[in-house]
Amino acid sequence: MSVKPRIKLDKKEAKKGDIVEVKALVSHIMETGQRKDSKGNVIPRKILNKFTCTVNGKEVFSADFEPAVSANPYIQFKFRAQESGPVVLTWIDDDGSKIVGEEKITVN
Amino acid sequence: MGHIYNRRQTLAIGMAALAAATLPQSGGPAFAASSDTDELIKKFTGGKTPAEGRVRLDLPEIAENGNTVPMTVSVESPMTAQSYVSDVLVVADGNPRAGVVTFHFSPMSGVAEANTRIRLSKTQNVIAVAKMSDGAFFMATKEVKVTIGGCGG
Repeated sequence: MSVKPRIKLDKKEAKKGDIVEVKALVSHIMETGQRKDSKGNVIPRKILNKFTCTVNGKEVFSADFEPAVSANPYIQFKFRAQESGPVVLTWIDDDGSKIVGEEKITVN
Repeated sequence: MGHIYNRRQTLAIGMAALAAATLPQSGGPAFAASSDTDELIKKFTGGKTPAEGRVRLDLPEIAENGNTVPMTVSVESPMTAQSYVSDVLVVADGNPRAGVVTFHFSPMSGVAEANTRIRLSKTQNVIAVAKMSDGAFFMATKEVKVTIGGCGG
């Protein structure tokens, strides 16, 4: 999939125990499954239903999205810096496909 | 000969029965609104009634565009391995389906705070319920007035 999420950490380097803020935005229609097309047929639901963030392979935060999450979902959360490593953000689509983005955190 | 109800009495009996059937059962949780909302909260808390407090729900008082309403939930907690917020359920009691989002935190979250943008179909209450690691539940409610509903089509 060619969708590239936009991810921003408020700091790239942190001291152990510092709080790091993550902001992420991804393009997605988030079709609710409640709308109808011009012929009156229900447009099938297609949303990103799960978001997960791991730091150095350990899950720090996740979220279950319902259709009431806006199109092009934005998510902002924090984690406590413990060790250097990749910050991996994963969104899972109703169709099973994944959108993955990655940043790095360096802990001094 | 037995008593025969006249038209007016029959109507009165019917109305009383209807009122009894539609009145909310007293003693239930205080969150009114759709049964969907109550069910989701009950499922989340395992039937416990959450206490008010510790949860902060930041939403605009008036949302001009219900398609994208910024929402921040934060919960007071030390977020240590001994005491942390594990999950926060967010529901909107006036949407066609009440579920909005569930956040899952861990001691590694450091701070129990998350922000996203949500759809609100009309003026309604948004409710956040937090589950603590010790099994306690806390909640906050905020009313949002919506000018243009966010469910399109």
